[in-house]
Amino acid sequence: MSRLPETLTAALLATAFALPAAAQPLGLGRAALPEEIAAWDVAVLPDGQGLRPGSGNVLDGEEVYIEMCAVCHGDFAEGIDNWPVLAGGGGTLADDRPVKTIGSYWPYLSTVWDYVHRSMPFGTAQTVTVDDTYAITAYLLYSNNMVDDDFVLTHENFTEVVMPNADGFYIDDRAETEYPLFTAEPCMTDCAASVEITRRAVDLGVTPMEDGRPAGTLPPLTLASADTAGAAETEAEAEPAAEAEAEPEPEATAAADHDPELVAKGQRVFRQCAACHQVGDTARNTTGPQLNGVYGAPAGQVEGFRYSNPMTTAGKDGLVWTDTELHAYLESPRAYMRGNRMAFNGLRSEDDRAAVIAYLATFAD
Amino acid sequence: MSGSSGKGTTRRGFMRAGMAAGGALVAATAARATGAGPDPLITEVQDWASGFGDPVDATPYGLPTEHEAHVVRRNVEWLTEGPVSSINFTPIHALEGTITPQGCAFERHHSGAINLTKQDYRLMINGLVDRPLVFTYEDLTRFPRHVLTAFCECAANGGMEWGGAQLEGCQFTQGMIHNMEYTGVMLRDLLAEAGVQPEGKWIYVEGADASSNGRSLPLEKALDDVMVAFYANGEALRKEHGYPVRLVVPGWEGNMWVKWLRRIGVYDQAVESREETSKYTDLMPDGRARKWTWVMDAKSVITSPSPQVPIRHGKGPLVITGLAWSGNGRVTRVDVSLDGGRNWQEARISGDAKSKALTRFHLDIDWDGSEMLLQSRAIDETGYVQPTKDALRAIRGTNNVYHNNGIQTWWVRADGEVENVEVA
Repeated sequence: MSRLPETLTAALLATAFALPAAAQPLGLGRAALPEEIAAWDVAVLPDGQGLRPGSGNVLDGEEVYIEMCAVCHGDFAEGIDNWPVLAGGGGTLADDRPVKTIGSYWPYLSTVWDYVHRSMPFGTAQTVTVDDTYAITAYLLYSNNMVDDDFVLTHENFTEVVMPNADGFYIDDRAETEYPLFTAEPCMTDCAASVEITRRAVDLGVTPMEDGRPAGTLPPLTLASADTAGAAETEAEAEPAAEAEAEPEPEATAAADHDPELVAKGQRVFRQCAACHQVGDTARNTTGPQLNGVYGAPAGQVEGFRYSNPMTTAGKDGLVWTDTELHAYLESPRAYMRGNRMAFNGLRSEDDRAAVIAYLATFAD
Repeated sequence: MSGSSGKGTTRRGFMRAGMAAGGALVAATAARATGAGPDPLITEVQDWASGFGDPVDATPYGLPTEHEAHVVRRNVEWLTEGPVSSINFTPIHALEGTITPQGCAFERHHSGAINLTKQDYRLMINGLVDRPLVFTYEDLTRFPRHVLTAFCECAANGGMEWGGAQLEGCQFTQGMIHNMEYTGVMLRDLLAEAGVQPEGKWIYVEGADASSNGRSLPLEKALDDVMVAFYANGEALRKEHGYPVRLVVPGWEGNMWVKWLRRIGVYDQAVESREETSKYTDLMPDGRARKWTWVMDAKSVITSPSPQVPIRHGKGPLVITGLAWSGNGRVTRVDVSLDGGRNWQEARISGDAKSKALTRFHLDIDWDGSEMLLQSRAIDETGYVQPTKDALRAIRGTNNVYHNNGIQTWWVRADGEVENVEVA
């Protein structure tokens, strides 16, 4: 009888010693299930850890790439506007204007696969299949002149690919190369014979400005400017109130057509579009055309935007962005018009489409 | 009644005069307050001294007064292609002390700030661990809680200045930084709960947003001072700062402070993600690049006067104020130069100088109204002295993009206006 507690004590002691001293688990959390780990742990490491079985070739990759990636990165991975350039740039890393691309800079192919698979396309992440990821990766190698057009990338030959800049990186050496230089007792007096201004930021004129000063400049404290300006503004607005009744009719009608709640929702939904499209007073064409006045207007006619051929043709043939057409287009942009450039998977929810259309209608001319 | 309308007219008249006459008015106002006659703000009963102010509950969660409406985050539109993957800047020129309010602390998103509830929040730990685990938000609140203050600085803070002075104002040149007091649980406690296996040398942290980008950290750092935080400055994290849970990595570049933290993987090697190869690596003049440049070296900047805070009060007593910080520990000293680095004097460190946190310094001078070339340099507990921009360029060239901790120069002109310049 008396032996049992002794055995238990010994077992408890053994357990205690097997664990790190301060690491007695609290028993919080629950076991992660294999399906959950498979869903969330999508990391792919340089030695191929984490790669999913599959394959893809250059030609298929080109097709998928044109459909999903070219709108930002260009048909030849050359990068549209400021979006990343993915190809070329070899031998430029020591130049004044280095071009850092997959081919010229990235040390590991695993990074390309991992990033395309988990984070691209921008705005519709985690929609590229495993085989399409292999295919896009193969096409990007081809774009960088690293493989021929008959190349097939698979989980089996993946780690055989050596990136051109694989040896171009070294571990942070500031502690050895910089800290000794920057730990001397600093000079306090007569440290330089003379000091001249060599550059002025104002010469470049790239600072955001407001009222002729750098944006955010603190207002003067010796004027009661905020109070007074506020009061003056209110009065200025109040004075012409009588005549205002007649004037702003047209705008009021346009706005009254739209349910404010729906418009507010549309504004939220529009965030999915905002990576490529702008609306409002300061809107300009970026990756996509600016969308002021597009609602109710013929397709493909925003000034200064280079549309795909199918979109331009459709506009000339009489396509007008009515509610019905916008619903169909936004539900599935690619199915609606083959070959158009909008790399967006579409809004599946009819409510979301109605909301964003209502929002766009508030920017009709 | 007639008295109050008369006052209104006087004040509006004042403003018009101000718009027309500009600087002359400053002097006039000063004269009026100090000598020319009694100040009506004192001699006349003001509305606010007679009637009611706002009742309680006027703003159940308060915002700054409308008179501080200019103190906001601002961005530089030409920097990025769109606002979803972009950055803005803390108005450090308009703040004092050391704590950055969440509402104006700079934002950096790679795929927008997502809306995630505590109820929907999950954190997974997997990889080389004895027990792969999933935690809910509630689980996290049951681990021992800690409090720490740390600065979070984007590795690219000052990146636009590598080639030379570009932007007018420390909000834009040094404003990719904030400093908050965090409450949360230590990463080491969560890792102990899962049991890191002996082969586990690295952790990889990633977020729940669409960019899902992540960073690798060596296990030693993970077991040292890294926090899984859910409060900042005493309140829940704001959405744009990772609500409900973010990582706090004291002293290391902001990109590693993963927001909406959803997974911690334990590996035998670095993942070498896009954010630690293609980006956040430091291109050197020979075309090779430094990687794993995690620490933010000692740095400082004078926040006032600065281009967005010209001196408007004329000569005489002037408070020079600024911020200093180091990812290698505590700031022990800050020197200020009024003549472009020829001569230096020690500034006062105001309040506590905490390790890996923003430190406030002040220097009170009697300005004679002549031009100044203001500089500051931080010195930390390792003896590291903040270098000049040219000293950094001599080693790193100008294609480095990241980790520009060079000394900033402000040219204060005799009229009190301030410019961002470089000197030699």
